[in-house]
Amino acid sequence: MNYAALNYADLFRATLPETALEIAALFVIVFDLGFLRKATLPIRTAFAAFIGVAGCIAAIWAVYAAGWSGFSAGSDLLLAAGGSAGVAEVAILVLTAITLLLLVDSAFTRNPGEYVSVVLMAAAGGLIISAAQDLLVIFVGLELLSLGLYILTAFNKQSGKSAEAAIKYYLFGGMSAAFLLFGFSYLYGLSGSTSLPRVVLGTYIASAYGGAPLLYIALVMIAAGLGFKIAAVPFHLWAPDTYEGAPAPASAFIASVSKVASFALLISISTVTLHFMQSLRLTGVLGSITSPPASARIGNVIPGFNTWPMILTVLSVLSMILGNLAALAQSSVRRLVAYSAIAHAGYILLGLAFFSWTNASAQAILYYIVTYGLTTIGAFGVVGVVERATGSDKLEAFLGLHKRNPLLAAVLLVLFLSLAGIPPLVGFWAKFNLFAAVFAVGAGSIPFALVALAIAFSAVSLYYYLQVLKRTYVMPASDESPIRVNPVTSVVLFAIAAAVLLLGCFPALLQNWIARFYPSM
Amino acid sequence: MAWAIYISFAGALISALLPAARPVLARWWALIVAAAGLAIAVSGFVAGVGQGRQVFVDALWVPAMGIHYLLAADGISRVLVLLTGIASVAGVLFSWNIDLRTNQFFAFYLALIGGVYGVFLSGDLFLLFVFYEIAIVPKYFLISIWGSTRREYGAMKLALYSFVGSAMVLIGLLAAYTTAGSHSTTLGDLAHSGLPVSFQMWCFPLVFVGFAILAGMWPFHTWAPTGHVAAPTAASMLLAGVVMKLGAYGCLRVGIGLFPHGLDPWGFSFIGIGSWRDVFAWLAVIGIVYGALVALAQTDFKFVIGYSSVSHMGFVLLGLMTLNQIGLDGAVLQMFSHGVIAGLLFAIVGRIVYDRTHTRQFAELEPMHLSKRLPFAAWAFVFAGIASMGLPGFSGFVAELQVLVGAWQANPWWTIASGLGIIVGVAYIWRALQKAFFSDALPTAHELESEHAHKFDAITWPEYAGVALLGISTLVVGLYPRILLDQIEPAVKALLAGGAQ
Repeated sequence: MNYAALNYADLFRATLPETALEIAALFVIVFDLGFLRKATLPIRTAFAAFIGVAGCIAAIWAVYAAGWSGFSAGSDLLLAAGGSAGVAEVAILVLTAITLLLLVDSAFTRNPGEYVSVVLMAAAGGLIISAAQDLLVIFVGLELLSLGLYILTAFNKQSGKSAEAAIKYYLFGGMSAAFLLFGFSYLYGLSGSTSLPRVVLGTYIASAYGGAPLLYIALVMIAAGLGFKIAAVPFHLWAPDTYEGAPAPASAFIASVSKVASFALLISISTVTLHFMQSLRLTGVLGSITSPPASARIGNVIPGFNTWPMILTVLSVLSMILGNLAALAQSSVRRLVAYSAIAHAGYILLGLAFFSWTNASAQAILYYIVTYGLTTIGAFGVVGVVERATGSDKLEAFLGLHKRNPLLAAVLLVLFLSLAGIPPLVGFWAKFNLFAAVFAVGAGSIPFALVALAIAFSAVSLYYYLQVLKRTYVMPASDESPIRVNPVTSVVLFAIAAAVLLLGCFPALLQNWIARFYPSM
Repeated sequence: MAWAIYISFAGALISALLPAARPVLARWWALIVAAAGLAIAVSGFVAGVGQGRQVFVDALWVPAMGIHYLLAADGISRVLVLLTGIASVAGVLFSWNIDLRTNQFFAFYLALIGGVYGVFLSGDLFLLFVFYEIAIVPKYFLISIWGSTRREYGAMKLALYSFVGSAMVLIGLLAAYTTAGSHSTTLGDLAHSGLPVSFQMWCFPLVFVGFAILAGMWPFHTWAPTGHVAAPTAASMLLAGVVMKLGAYGCLRVGIGLFPHGLDPWGFSFIGIGSWRDVFAWLAVIGIVYGALVALAQTDFKFVIGYSSVSHMGFVLLGLMTLNQIGLDGAVLQMFSHGVIAGLLFAIVGRIVYDRTHTRQFAELEPMHLSKRLPFAAWAFVFAGIASMGLPGFSGFVAELQVLVGAWQANPWWTIASGLGIIVGVAYIWRALQKAFFSDALPTAHELESEHAHKFDAITWPEYAGVALLGISTLVVGLYPRILLDQIEPAVKALLAGGAQ
């Protein structure tokens, strides 16, 4: 272990974005409780959201200002910067800002200041885990994020469903955190370190000396812990209830920001592992590795290390199948989106299971999760508006939406078709990128069969997305009174739909933006 | 010619924004856009005389993955773009009476047309796929909102069949792209990347079937009759006339063009079938005969035409599988010919007859004496029926003859079996003609009186114009097929030389 003193100036510089968010979080509460006590709820909500967005913008600036050097304690990197972490951080902040904008139109709480500050703190947790390179930092970040999410889920105090969803989420979350910590403790025991690169090295040596069974247990535990965060089957049980019960902006936050952060964490774990194996090959320490580097995926190289991609593949297949099939049977649009989220997590896990040591896989996964997050926020925005107008999120609530509000219907059309993967919308390119990355890593019948399965199930998914669109466009309306939408919400939703379309027509825009974060190789 | 795509999509967008309360505006707008598309198609066709492959746009679309925005046309593309132009104008003319959400109808309609133009003009595999999928969604809404018999079922079935087909294509494309080294996705680069024969052997059937689903290949044709029947007239015209050609075009351009060795013999044979070529040729022959026989047994007028489409598209697929010059020429010509004739048949059944009689059941049409009350419809159907049977002087004759000659060169049994389909084809048209228009029963005095009291609406000018457009097209090509063949032949020759054999 290395006991070198921390350099606090470096720490401050590296955590500048998190600090900006925390300051904004405190400021929101002070402002809301101190100056706006007499103001009406809409004004307080608008101010809270505005300050929150300003905090996110400041934090984005801080991400760029902090540079790409990261933060180390002694020789151990604690927080990475740039690369996947940089993309994920900016994405988290942008998506958080958008979910805050959707708050303007909602009235589920009388304490908008508290809501916004919890959102900002949870987002800070998301920033930490997307940069974390150390088991303890990962755990702290995850808990910071999760605690925020439990509170957000329960935020609608008038609704029994909200409380029920929160308690379910909390119980599952607590259990999965225990699993994760247990797995981490095994890793520490095997390797004697909490820093990811050293953990990989240590477990590699330990498993070479007969410690492999312990490693398997540790990996299964960690998969359980992280599988919960990304709602992969069989750790998905909380997702439909939470998506259904939580206030719409909170659901959007859980479905987007928390997903981006968790997948960024999985990416950094995979990247560290692959870079380790790549370095083995380059320095020739063990000399027996023959696979070409470009197609080296975890497990091809070191027999004891193939458990992790195997676990991910199993999770992925289960999620794709169960998520898509269960979504077919839903009558609540929120639950439908929840199950489709499970299915999308399955597709992404496939990219993680066949991970490349070059940045191609990481970029494809980030592309997918960022665009998915954006699309889902929009979908929840529409659901939230419809819910407030009709009092329900059932399929029937969407009947005749094209007459009641053409803009909402058009936005929903674009977003759901994008989720189904219809070109020229961005969801198609995300899928295409991801599957191309899988093929680039693993040639052979197994990745082919898995990708074929994924594509086949995205054909299934078109059916349930069309079930909603059929109601908005095709079936006759029972109630044709127009639905009024707050102008801010309309602008945000329209902007999301336009972004989904434009990024789909010019897929290179986002790809180039993501690639800019990576040092040129 | 690339402007045909942009005009259609821009037209769709503007049509969606037109006021819903002004259907006249939307109609004229759609007609203008479709006519502009036709004008571009015609001028592009004329400009392409004697030319080989023309490239209109070539830009890197996704540089990191080597995806090009490449629009190009050879003779085959130009013929099919021309067909799309004709079919789209005719479709607008026959949807003149749509009053429900007219602006949205034409928005979806023009978006579909734009996607179709895009597929025919794409020179890049992924661009082609993108346009191919763009065409799926408007079809769903056109049928499910404005359709008739079991429209939601038919629309969903069509959307899912199309999407499953395109999913198969996508798998094949991803596999071909990565196998070729992930450098470029233009059709030319992929075709010259030397894909291994063993890879082509399994990728070819995957992609071919994926596209052939949309071309109505037996046994994946079942979406076609239900979809055609459920669709509003203009959508059935486009489905049968153009969208099924998308599938056949994909089979030709992507399936045969990229994976020519997928058609090589397997090295063993089982009951006389020794390659994918035999498999698909026999499926095409079965489609020809089966479609014709089922059409003979229908009681719904529109189902007859729906199944006849399956039968006629079988000729296209059979022509593709002959892999010789004359057979492929015939296949492309048949695409054009069937596009025009099927459009005409659907227009007569779905618009001219159904919108006046409100029934398509033969049992109910028989006592209506339509030959006297709607003589224009009756004689137009005689004309279209004769064209559909493949009598000399019409485009169908030249096309099917070439396919049959090509098939004879490849395997005489294919010709003999599909000849049976032609005979049945005469029979079902004859039966439909007799039952719907020329029934023997003479009107009683009472019937005469009530018929006199309830006169059908007069045929409107858009209907005359549409029938004239489609009728003249089939006649011109039938009498002077060189007008198209001069463009098709060099393109087919290049395709055969570039890939197959």
